[in-house]
Amino acid sequence: MLKLTRAALSRPRFASTLTLSAAAIHTLPKLDYAYDALEPHISGEIMTLHHTKHHQTYVNGLNAAEEAYAKTETAKERIQSQAALKFNGGGHINHSLFWKNLAPTSEGGGKLQDGPLKQAIERDFGSLEELKKQLNSTTAAIQGSGWGWLGYNQTTKKLEVITTSNQDPLLSHTPIIGIDIWEHAFYLQYKNVKPDYLNAIWSVVNFNEAEKRLVEASK
Amino acid sequence: MFAIARSAVRSRASAARFSLTATAASIHTLPKLDYAYDALEPHISGEIMQLHHTKHHQTYVNGLNAAEEAYAKTETPKERIKLQAALKFNGGGHINHSLFWKNLAPTNAGGGALEAGPLKEAIDRDFGSFDKLKEKMNATTAAIQGSGWGWLGYNNATKKLEIVTTANQDPLLTGLTGMPRRTAHAPIIGIDIWEHAFYLQYKNVKPDYLKAIWNVVNFKEAEKRLVEATQ
Repeated sequence: MLKLTRAALSRPRFASTLTLSAAAIHTLPKLDYAYDALEPHISGEIMTLHHTKHHQTYVNGLNAAEEAYAKTETAKERIQSQAALKFNGGGHINHSLFWKNLAPTSEGGGKLQDGPLKQAIERDFGSLEELKKQLNSTTAAIQGSGWGWLGYNQTTKKLEVITTSNQDPLLSHTPIIGIDIWEHAFYLQYKNVKPDYLNAIWSVVNFNEAEKRLVEASK
Repeated sequence: MFAIARSAVRSRASAARFSLTATAASIHTLPKLDYAYDALEPHISGEIMQLHHTKHHQTYVNGLNAAEEAYAKTETPKERIKLQAALKFNGGGHINHSLFWKNLAPTNAGGGALEAGPLKEAIDRDFGSFDKLKEKMNATTAAIQGSGWGWLGYNNATKKLEIVTTANQDPLLTGLTGMPRRTAHAPIIGIDIWEHAFYLQYKNVKPDYLKAIWNVVNFKEAEKRLVEATQ
């Protein structure tokens, strides 16, 4: 279930578990490309702030929350810690997946090649254009902050479009492609015009990574 | 009940009351600001005020009108329930932003100045001091996990000013039938913590925005609301 998300998180020094005995040190994963490498689709200014400030804050918050959790002694205290763990843990998971599912156009970003992913998209949506339309309109319709996902449903064995609110991680499906629709992800460049951001981001979606995730999920 | 929210939402069709029945569709309009877009500088930039008002709030107005139009055509409880999310989101967005523009004022029109009177007394009584209120409200608002609003609200059951938050565009609700009285508040001061409210100017540094906004809080308006709520 959380297999892909564990792999997406940078390797902690200790086993990354939420037990009382081990506190893991999470760290901000490096990007595989320069901050301005996704221009003009996503600006370097956004990428820098998004990575070094927003994601870093989730990492710090997660470490603090896990440290506090390790000291809890009662069920009530543990339940009180849940919000911080979910918000910061989800933020760390989601953004780690996000950086990986983006790539500069010079490195394949935006290009869906023939293969299992293309086949599954055409089978479940008709075409890549149809998928884009559906994922974009569903993501734009989120009422607040959240994420739009292309996810693989293990039960129906289909690709489906779903959303999560705030920093809730995608648990019901295997994440294949995630799109951050929190305003910090696009506002400096696209202001209130969400659809322009959603159209542009497809030029830098890392379909190679998406396909890897689908293949792993379909084993 | 919705008294404060109703007065904040001025409908052009004066005969059309702000009601969510299936028979009356009211035409909501974007209220004008009482000040120029750049009048709250340097605390809130003119660029933000303009986008926030003409784009974001306008979109809630349009969405509310569309949702109410669709609602007027519904015939079954199921159809009405399906529209609830659109009504709450856009209706809440319209209510919240209408209250927001009114609870801001340029510094040369009293913004940021808390005078002696019932509001100051209530703040000192319930928080100890104005600085303590600011501290608590800013910390609570900054801690919202996602989009939402921080509120100074008047709790009619406890007769106290309290800090509460709402998620997304959920409006702060006063004593509706069926709601536990303890959780109902009249909005006194609202702070928008959606990223569009501050990001262009303050980027990720929410605390700087939250410190700055107190320079343009319209305490006269806040006091009017408190006096009305305590009647």
